[in-house]
Amino acid sequence: MINIKNLKVSVEEKEILKGINLQIPEGEIHAIMGRNGSGKSTLANTLAGNEKFEVTNGSIHMNAADITEMSPENRSLNGIFVCFQYPVAIPGVSMAYFLRSAINAHLKNQGKEEMDALEFLNQSKEILKKLTLDDSFLKRSINDGFSGGEKKKSEIFQLLSLNPKFAILDETDSGLDIDALKIVADGVKEFNGKKNSTLIITHYERLLEYINPDVVHVMIDGKIVKSGDMELARQVEEKGYSWLAK
Amino acid sequence: MIDKNQQIIDKNLDQEYKYGFTTDVEQIKFEPGLDEEVITKLSNIKKEPKWLLDWRLKAYKNWQKMKEPKWANVTYKPIDYQALSYYAAPKKKSKKSLDEVDPEILETYNKLGISLDEQKKLEGVAVDAVFDSVSVATTFKDELAKHGVIFCSFSEAVQEHPDLIKKYLGTVIPYTDNYFAALNSAVFSDGSFVYIPKNVKCPLELSTYFRINASNTGQFERTLIIADEGSEVSYLEGCTAPMRDENQLHAACVELIAHEDATIKYSTIQNWYAGNENGEGGIYNFVTKRGKCAGDRSKISWTQVETGSAITWKYPSVIMQGDDSVGEFYSVAITKNKQQADTGTKMIHIGKNTKSTIISKGISAGEGQNTYRGGVKILKNADNARNFSQCDSILIGDKCGAHTFPYIDVKNKTAQMEHEATTSNIGEDQLFYCNQRGINLDDAVSMIVNGFCKEVFAELPMEFAVEAKQLIEVTLENSVG
Repeated sequence: MINIKNLKVSVEEKEILKGINLQIPEGEIHAIMGRNGSGKSTLANTLAGNEKFEVTNGSIHMNAADITEMSPENRSLNGIFVCFQYPVAIPGVSMAYFLRSAINAHLKNQGKEEMDALEFLNQSKEILKKLTLDDSFLKRSINDGFSGGEKKKSEIFQLLSLNPKFAILDETDSGLDIDALKIVADGVKEFNGKKNSTLIITHYERLLEYINPDVVHVMIDGKIVKSGDMELARQVEEKGYSWLAK
Repeated sequence: MIDKNQQIIDKNLDQEYKYGFTTDVEQIKFEPGLDEEVITKLSNIKKEPKWLLDWRLKAYKNWQKMKEPKWANVTYKPIDYQALSYYAAPKKKSKKSLDEVDPEILETYNKLGISLDEQKKLEGVAVDAVFDSVSVATTFKDELAKHGVIFCSFSEAVQEHPDLIKKYLGTVIPYTDNYFAALNSAVFSDGSFVYIPKNVKCPLELSTYFRINASNTGQFERTLIIADEGSEVSYLEGCTAPMRDENQLHAACVELIAHEDATIKYSTIQNWYAGNENGEGGIYNFVTKRGKCAGDRSKISWTQVETGSAITWKYPSVIMQGDDSVGEFYSVAITKNKQQADTGTKMIHIGKNTKSTIISKGISAGEGQNTYRGGVKILKNADNARNFSQCDSILIGDKCGAHTFPYIDVKNKTAQMEHEATTSNIGEDQLFYCNQRGINLDDAVSMIVNGFCKEVFAELPMEFAVEAKQLIEVTLENSVG
């Protein structure tokens, strides 16, 4: 599904990712763990096509297609979704208006008919319920005045509504209490159950215990230094990252 | 990214103005020039009473002694007032019925999306159509007359309701007020007149559609709205003009009077021709609008969406004379290319417990310059007066500007004042967030800007809120890359 080859990325002339190789097959959940500043969020943004992040080397393929130079909007239409760590507020734009526009952009791209308001409302209500969010959530301005937990749930709500092929969760677990964490984990499991691929970026193994990823990678200073299974995540939780640095 | 932004912003400069056509209609037009003779001739054509001619002439004498104001944050070449024609009107002039209106003119309004055919009209909206210097049609007059509502052209009102005109004309904006108001008082040609009798809630939205067609003319309309005790009216004006290389002057005056317990809601969608990408042509929109809350518990609310004109100089204001009266100003002003806007409001609190609200949203794109200028004055006897002001600006690209000049003058200790102001760039982060969800740039920009303007659009009558949203979409298409 996703194939990243020797990816190097700079931000304002400074190299952050220093040659990432990563393959995520269809239906698998991969996790990347690493300290602050190790390049995890840079990877998420680069995969989403944020132009502030300059690819200086390597390639990103999604199935057969080279998407390294693709616009963010087309990557989204091709099925890439990022749950942002700090989703930005758009005052005055309601969640319902925003999300329905997004869903319809996807449907239109697939040559399908747009989703009408009622259908959208029914689908949304069902997902909101799972996330223990009130229906009034749809009327609120996107991320405007949301609590930390609401922002994370809002991202998961959009994820489940758009149902992309490949989701990247950028520190979606940080700042969540245990109840919210379980709800988010259930959301991710539900998403992944549909043969989609997932990349989870995190500091902690806590979320991973709920989700049980297929592969765990450790990133240090812009490189993946070790890959393994859940056992690796537990070792990192216990011993930190120093023992993995050369 | 910046370069790409710039390219697309530059491309945006080629956006067509879809109302820029001209109508070929036989017209009567004065030779350029302005003196007492021209004013007398104008007054005679309109068969005006002597007192009105005298008023015009006094205004003219006063205007000659005045200087053009220079304090606004706009620059333009000096206007040669002797090079303008002060009257242009279609030759076939008839106000008796729509059948007698020149079909070319009816077609013009159809093209503008304003059907003067009552059968096809937007439900619940009566329209007065002003073409260059004269009103060419007013719809639904009979329906309104049943409720005692007078809605007609200003010229007609001078003939049919001279007492009302004499009683109210110039009581809110005296001809001594400012340079452009003085000029308007001397040469105004037509406009709309509205009178809502006591305790009547006007059954229809009233609307005037201003169209400049002739070249080298100024448009000087005058609108007067009187809401008698306990009455209520919602009024909307729209404006467009052909694309011409020279600048054209539009200097209007709008006076509103709200008596005890009366409410006037006045909305404007201003889309005059803005000039081309090099800043050539376009309308100079120098307008004086003011309302007086004369009676206790009266309310005047201005809502404006300003997207057109090369230069806008406009401060719809409210004098809150009655106790417990309310003044409101909601504004969205967009400047792109080389447009300049200096707009805002004055809220003058005279009565006790008076309350005013100012919400201003400025959007600058291209090389546009957008200035908010607002004054809040609390006079000595205005106990417990309250004002809330919020002025937000958004910048699209890096060649435009936003400026805010709030003036506050408080002479009563019990006043409560709140002022908030923000300026932000349209966030690349916001655009990226929308893109990441599959929403393209144009849709993202209009979504973000519409969100930004939401509080103001909420004040517009329903049909026009939709129009305003679409206008923003068209105006800002391709403004970011």
